[in-house]
Amino acid sequence: MEIKKGLYYTEEHEWVRVSGNTAYIGITDYAQDAMGDIVYVELPEVGDTLKAGDVFSVIESVKAASDIYLPVSGTVLKVNTELEDSPEMINEDPYGSWIIAVDMLDDTELDQLMDAAAYKEYLSEEN
Amino acid sequence: MHRYIPGTEADLARMLDKLGLTSSEDLFGDVPGELMLKGGLDLPEALSEQELVRKMKALSRKNSSLDDLVCFLGAGAYDHYIPAVVGQLVSRSEFYTSYTPYQPEISQGTLQAIFEYQTMICNLTGMDATNASMYDGATACVEAAKMAVDSTRRNTIAVSKTVNPEVRKVLGTYMDLCGFNIIEIDMDNGVTDLVRLKELLAGNSDLAAVIVQSPNFFGIVEDMDAVGELLNGSKTLFISYVDPISLAILKKPSEYGADIAVGEGQPLGNSLNFGGPYVGFLATCEKLMRRLPGRIVGQTKDIDGKRAFVLTLQAREQHIRRSRASSNICSNQGLNALAAAIYMATMGEHGLKEVATQCVQKAHYAYRKLTESGVYKPLFDKPFFMEFAVTGPVEPAVVNNDLLGAGILGGYQLYRDYPEYRNSLLICVTEKRTKAEIDKLVETMLSTAAKEGSGMA
Amino acid sequence: MRAYDKLIFELSREGRRAYSLPKCDVDTLPIDELIPKEFIGTAPLNMPEVSEVDIVRHYTNLSSKNYCVDTGFYPLGSCTMKYNPKINEVVASYEGFMNIHPLQPEETVQGALEVMYELRKALEEITGMYEVTLQPAAGAHGELTGLMIMKAYHRERGEDAKRTKIIVPDSAHGTNPASAAVLGFEVIEVESNEHGDVDIEKLRKVLGDDVAGMMLTNPNTLGLFEPNIKEICDLVHAAGGLMYYDGANANAILGITRPGDMGFDIIHLNLHKTFSTPHGGGGPGSGPVGVRKDLAKFLPVPVVEKHGDKYTLNYDRPHSIGKVKSFYGHFAVCLKAYAYILSMGAEGLRNVSINAVINANYLMNALKGTYKLPIDRMCKHEFVLGGLENENGVTTMDIAKRLIDYGFHPPTVYFPLTINDAIMIEPTETESVDTLDAFVSAMLKIAEEAKTSPELLKEAPHNTPVRRVDEVTAARNPIIRFSKTDVS
Repeated sequence: MEIKKGLYYTEEHEWVRVSGNTAYIGITDYAQDAMGDIVYVELPEVGDTLKAGDVFSVIESVKAASDIYLPVSGTVLKVNTELEDSPEMINEDPYGSWIIAVDMLDDTELDQLMDAAAYKEYLSEEN
Repeated sequence: MHRYIPGTEADLARMLDKLGLTSSEDLFGDVPGELMLKGGLDLPEALSEQELVRKMKALSRKNSSLDDLVCFLGAGAYDHYIPAVVGQLVSRSEFYTSYTPYQPEISQGTLQAIFEYQTMICNLTGMDATNASMYDGATACVEAAKMAVDSTRRNTIAVSKTVNPEVRKVLGTYMDLCGFNIIEIDMDNGVTDLVRLKELLAGNSDLAAVIVQSPNFFGIVEDMDAVGELLNGSKTLFISYVDPISLAILKKPSEYGADIAVGEGQPLGNSLNFGGPYVGFLATCEKLMRRLPGRIVGQTKDIDGKRAFVLTLQAREQHIRRSRASSNICSNQGLNALAAAIYMATMGEHGLKEVATQCVQKAHYAYRKLTESGVYKPLFDKPFFMEFAVTGPVEPAVVNNDLLGAGILGGYQLYRDYPEYRNSLLICVTEKRTKAEIDKLVETMLSTAAKEGSGMA
Repeated sequence: MRAYDKLIFELSREGRRAYSLPKCDVDTLPIDELIPKEFIGTAPLNMPEVSEVDIVRHYTNLSSKNYCVDTGFYPLGSCTMKYNPKINEVVASYEGFMNIHPLQPEETVQGALEVMYELRKALEEITGMYEVTLQPAAGAHGELTGLMIMKAYHRERGEDAKRTKIIVPDSAHGTNPASAAVLGFEVIEVESNEHGDVDIEKLRKVLGDDVAGMMLTNPNTLGLFEPNIKEICDLVHAAGGLMYYDGANANAILGITRPGDMGFDIIHLNLHKTFSTPHGGGGPGSGPVGVRKDLAKFLPVPVVEKHGDKYTLNYDRPHSIGKVKSFYGHFAVCLKAYAYILSMGAEGLRNVSINAVINANYLMNALKGTYKLPIDRMCKHEFVLGGLENENGVTTMDIAKRLIDYGFHPPTVYFPLTINDAIMIEPTETESVDTLDAFVSAMLKIAEEAKTSPELLKEAPHNTPVRRVDEVTAARNPIIRFSKTDVS
């Protein structure tokens, strides 16, 4: 199971890549593997302001629909519209397939998240 | 022993023995004694098949069926002709005794028939996507309203007062208990008051959807283009409630910009059955496809590359999403949708157009005959499809009573839902009615008016 | 003709007709003098153009691709796929029932109203409830109606704002939480204990004055009777909540015990399960709802009543939640259920449950040595296996698909969610011990094949009209209607 260094992680298996004040958010290799073949990604609207912990997307596989929670509060800057036609990109390249980018309201919220090492340990405890 | 239960005394004894039990009572040892029903159910003794037939036949004869009465009653349930093939084919037990097609390998019959039904509903409404059917028109309308609430994240539904009162009542129950607001749009001369609608749209930023019916409850064809224009560019969705037969000649919901088209599918080959089971349809645009409630059949391939059909987009449904499902619905009206599909296939474009055209012609003939006397006056002055309202000098109950005496099932008494229309009847004339039947209706209604009306104001 | 693979649209040939209509015999006018031109549609309908023979062969061939109760055993857990008596279909086709309009004057439909009234009374007796409505269209619709009544009850007491939670066990049908959520309730799942029953201690912890009620099936989804049902009802009542009985599993208790006597306040039944009406390939069903006396005023209108020897529809119920469906429910389905109850009688209904329970226990006993049985105790009408020890990567789905090769419909699989790799089996009372023995022998043979030739399972089914289908592509790029460009 790949865990990429330099990203922030949540217990719900989202990752955050920070670039300036922009946070790119996706789901981890572990999450995509658990879901199986992804068939649809529901995206929020650009301009929505959401709080950390809010559901910002729903990812559907054939047999499940999973809520995806926002790791850090912010305003949606961009959504990855490529996922609308090719949701399988998340299966193929989970860390390359960001779902949304948000303009963070409070970057100290990042301190609540795990780094790669902590996430690795969290996964091994989970299983 | 009973004809539906094959287990013999000897079978039961053998099975109990295998389980190490001595009596069937032992099977219920885990039910607390105080909860065991004492003395058995207070129900009659079993009837033989012959006794059952006698009893049920007698009960059925206490009803006057449309074999006995000539029907001019509509108001949401319609007496159209149903070709014999429909009844014969839906009576195949391979269709009616099968379960929901969760196992595609052994359910291709049902799955393909529903896929074809979905295609026909899309073609009829002009919409992009539909589901495998809903309980009925009224609940389909409720589901459409809920789709609108979910997708717009707004909480108010506006519904025209010309929408079938039965549909508005069901909508009212749901909206009340689900915590949504409902606003009724006033009517003017039997149609939705577009001035009021415009004001409403300007003054309310919480409107998730506007529901307009055409032909509306009074049979009048509404100006759906005008409604579509008012809603064009607005976030508020346009839900149109339509009669499927009328779509053979009237504009389709897609042509006037509806976001969701719903309606009662009973007129498509389903018997009246004292109100049910019927079949609701709900069709929408591409954008809202994944918000459709209920089952949907999709086309795919099997591992040998052969075309196959399967229930799809199931992640939205209750058995997977549980409390976050788009709807709690877990059935469709499979057999009724099948009947609708067979009906549409049998009639084809030409047949459906001819049915619709005969409805229009015969209803207008009846309307002319009734109103040219001057005794019955049109309640509204608007174009209609196959139902129209007239006001007479006599209470409608009296008119209908006389009609019943003449073997005719009269129109719907509008004061039941619109107290302001006291002496008005809503008369429905389908393609099934003949000139002779219509002439008799007119003659009887005129003679009632002459007899009773002379002493009335 | 299982190789038949045409869509009705692919049979279409311009000019073919399958209908005939009488000539229009009234004076006509041009249609645009009657309806303004701007309201008339111009787009084609794109319906197939076929002959009557085409229609008959097409649908007959399609029907041959279906498995159905009339062809074989359907051990679907929680679905109660019992035999659908033929006489019920005959009765429902009488003109006096099939061809009556819902808005006819009451005096012209006394027979229909009598059927509804007598069925109502029979269901009240069977469930021990005070009053039953036949209006809900299906089980899930019954749940929703029942929860609406629950909400109306709390609202009348001024407690609806604070009573926002519905408790369901973790083994519940998906419709329970979904129905609660539709009404805006928060769903609280309580875990079951190791015996498969509601964990009383865990239940106590979630009970409070924010609870509107609890939904329960009994026997539960594992086919087990809740021995503590009285205590559960008492606890929920003491917290001010109401108890809702999901009648999905009522086939186990007819004439044995009644939800009303257990302490339930609101119930629904599935006429298409317990009362033998056919499933129709997905519907129509029917989900009557019953309530205790003080809740009767909330039932949907109209209520069918008997006054002297006259039957009427009463709309004058000011506390009613209103209507949940057009007209009076699925009358034709209710009619079949009524015919069934008359055919069975009191003793016959009791024998239904006895035979259903003995059949289930017999199967469970025969399979438990070979298949995992996570909860091993006397079951009621159904039981849940936990698949095979995972040999050669064989899954529950593979077992289910291989059963098709042996001529059986697969059981319910992967449900309830509380049991891994669940195989949920409900034989019903209408299967003979010979059928059960044949099913057991297929199941045992499959277990053997899982060891010796697992590919037989993984590639199953082998001889069906289509084989395993690609569900991923179907959901990723949905094709949900035919268009000529999608032809492959």
